[in-house]
Amino acid sequence: MSAPVQLRGVTRRYGDTVALDDVDLDLEAGSLTGLLGPNGAGKSTLVNLVSGLRRPDHGTVRLFGGDPRDAANRVALGTTPQQTGLPDTLRVGEIVRFVGAHFPDPVPAGELLERFGLSGLWRRQAGGLSGGQKRRLALALAFAGRPRLVLLDEPTTGLDVEGRRALWDAVRAFHQDGGTVLLTTHYLDEIETLAERVVVLAGGRIRADGDVDAVRGAVRAGRVSFRTTVAVPDLPGVEHAGRDGDRVVLHTTDPDALVRALVRHDVPFTDLGVARASLEDAFLTLTGGTR
Amino acid sequence: MSSITAAHARYLVLEQLRIPVAVLSTALFPALTLVFFVLPFDWGSDPVQVTRSVAQLALFGVLSGFLFTFGVGVADDREKPWDPYLRTLPAPASARVVGRLAVGALFALLGMLPVIVLGALFTPATVAPARLPLTVAALLVGGLPFLFGGLAIGYSLPTKAALPVTQLAFFPMAFGGGLLLPPEIFPSWLARATEVLPTRGARDLLLWALGGSAPSGLAVGAFVVWTAGLALLVGWAYRRDEGRRFR
Repeated sequence: MSAPVQLRGVTRRYGDTVALDDVDLDLEAGSLTGLLGPNGAGKSTLVNLVSGLRRPDHGTVRLFGGDPRDAANRVALGTTPQQTGLPDTLRVGEIVRFVGAHFPDPVPAGELLERFGLSGLWRRQAGGLSGGQKRRLALALAFAGRPRLVLLDEPTTGLDVEGRRALWDAVRAFHQDGGTVLLTTHYLDEIETLAERVVVLAGGRIRADGDVDAVRGAVRAGRVSFRTTVAVPDLPGVEHAGRDGDRVVLHTTDPDALVRALVRHDVPFTDLGVARASLEDAFLTLTGGTR
Repeated sequence: MSSITAAHARYLVLEQLRIPVAVLSTALFPALTLVFFVLPFDWGSDPVQVTRSVAQLALFGVLSGFLFTFGVGVADDREKPWDPYLRTLPAPASARVVGRLAVGALFALLGMLPVIVLGALFTPATVAPARLPLTVAALLVGGLPFLFGGLAIGYSLPTKAALPVTQLAFFPMAFGGGLLLPPEIFPSWLARATEVLPTRGARDLLLWALGGSAPSGLAVGAFVVWTAGLALLVGWAYRRDEGRRFR
């Protein structure tokens, strides 16, 4: 069986702006991939190409081996509407049934609502739901047709802690049953918690691709932080220095050497912290610090 | 109708019904036009003429309903964030368009009903019962180019452009087609020239259904060309549409 998603040499422009520049990407069946990138990196364009909303200028996009712009090829695809996009005047049950009618074997509406903590809201109009409830309904719709691939574009933006946990559980359960997930998010901890594979996109190109540790390792950097009241001298191996009041953060390839240098230079520091690069550090380095 | 088409039709009807005032205006606009343009005049003993006037106003209602509901309505829907989501569902273009057609026809019938009732009760207009189904069919068929025209506008333009374009198209079409003044009082060159308008073909077909003279070959030919051309344009505009565009 062909991979759920296959991009070959995909380029997409909007006027003079190049949103995606000659991108190759395969998502294997059953994989859980996080797509990271600063605003304007091309994440949404990539998701829109896979869901058939847009056409590439060059290259090919394949969804389960077919053109995503043909409706029949989207039958195993689940996506979410934006939270603000639900039709306000329709009732929750009507929306779920409407979406379910597009699929050969939809999840019964009652079961779907219960799974996303929306039981009892069957007769409420979507416009009358709270922000969190709208978000959960939008997410539930992605799973209404028993999809094999789910595209989640910033799924937890606007969710409370409980809502995020519920979503993570739903994504994990779906993944354990063999489902394929492509997730974009601004929350790096979400990628660290959920994703097996991270693809970092910046300026329309893929900058890094691998498991979370590999991407983090791509920047073999550490972070040394401390408090001091004096000016910090020039130290060897510091790639980037940041200061906020008496709080100093130094980025370096060799934290051990840097700490020895601090002591040698007699810098009066307190509250010393040494950390290996977080995914966020890797992300900032890979994307040139624009977030 | 496939189940997906039925789901879309049901969805569109529900959405309309939840805004009762919109339903009311669709249902009453043609009737109100009748109240102002036909009822106050003394038609005396000319039931043929008044029947034609009533029928033309019913067509006027269908024309305005189709052009505005589909032109402005579709453009507006495309700008809502719900629309891109719908486009990711496995519904073929035909299901969405046919669903819209069915609902458009339903609401057009709703707008015709008060016109027919008022016309029958308060004017000498009469239609032989045997001709009534044919007349209603002629009204719906006559509305097709405006339905496709509305959809073509809706799928090609943003709301802010769709509204003026629809208005610009609407008046010359209604007037030139003889829906407001009968073409018999036009100068003869104008009466001939307006036969190429789809409104004129629709009107002539309608009067024929009511027992008038057959429309000219030019009027029928032009009507068919408009309908087919606009239907093709809808298909093209829908395929090409990628939702809202920014540059």
